[in-house]
Amino acid sequence: MENFTPVSAFLGGSLIGLSVILLLLYNGRTAGISGIMNGVFLSPGNEQRWRLAFLLGLILGAVIFQQIMPNFIQFRSDYPLVLVAIGGFLVGVGTRLSSGCTSGHGICGIANLSRRSIIATLCFMASGFITVFITKHVLYLI
Amino acid sequence: MNKLLVALISGIIFGLGLSLSQMVDANKVLGFLDIAGDWDPSLAFVMAGALAVAMPGFYWVKKRQRPVFEDGFHLSHKKQIDKPLVLGAIIFGIGWGLSGYCPGPAVAGIGFGNGEALVMVLAIYAGFFAERFIAKK
Repeated sequence: MENFTPVSAFLGGSLIGLSVILLLLYNGRTAGISGIMNGVFLSPGNEQRWRLAFLLGLILGAVIFQQIMPNFIQFRSDYPLVLVAIGGFLVGVGTRLSSGCTSGHGICGIANLSRRSIIATLCFMASGFITVFITKHVLYLI
Repeated sequence: MNKLLVALISGIIFGLGLSLSQMVDANKVLGFLDIAGDWDPSLAFVMAGALAVAMPGFYWVKKRQRPVFEDGFHLSHKKQIDKPLVLGAIIFGIGWGLSGYCPGPAVAGIGFGNGEALVMVLAIYAGFFAERFIAKK
């Protein structure tokens, strides 16, 4: 467990929790990223604009962080891009079918004590564990 | 205007949180999903930190009649545990495990100029489009 970073993980997570509560308290919305991404191109007018503002904020937050703490994060450069492309496609299909992702089900849904979200989170965690086990320890793809 | 500002600020804080917790680093996420290897439990601490704030937060906010800038809360009222929920979550988990990205870190990754994240975002939209196409049939 040499890469384990419990303090920054917990603090970063708390910021995510704060963001979720801000959006709920003022706008009455859940910060589910897959739903927001999907809604940007679906719902017209006002419904589109707040989603776009949120996504721009998400990118801007990363830009600001990079200015404050450059080199804090080292991105990988040798990962098979085809796995990213296939993975992304499945993330798109799966999150639409189940109406949520790590943020919508895993954080907002569980915080709202939704049984659906607890089940969804257990399912995507389990299939994520199994997938990495297969790609890394059975097929040696990564 | 107020609602847009809240959405923007909320997005910024979310992006800062994903960055500080290193969830924008796909290898960090794969380190969590790789229980048989050099396991990195950090992602569980990210969720714990988020829920430590969001769980009491939801309880507290929902005691209000309405949100500050809206007439009502827009929350899911679905209760049923059905096949699309379970199947979709399993498919999402496979994609997450293959790539190391879920939607939030993919979008935030663009802010770091991470090319992989852009590929991920485009592929997610291709998946959205495909699901809509399948659902129509």
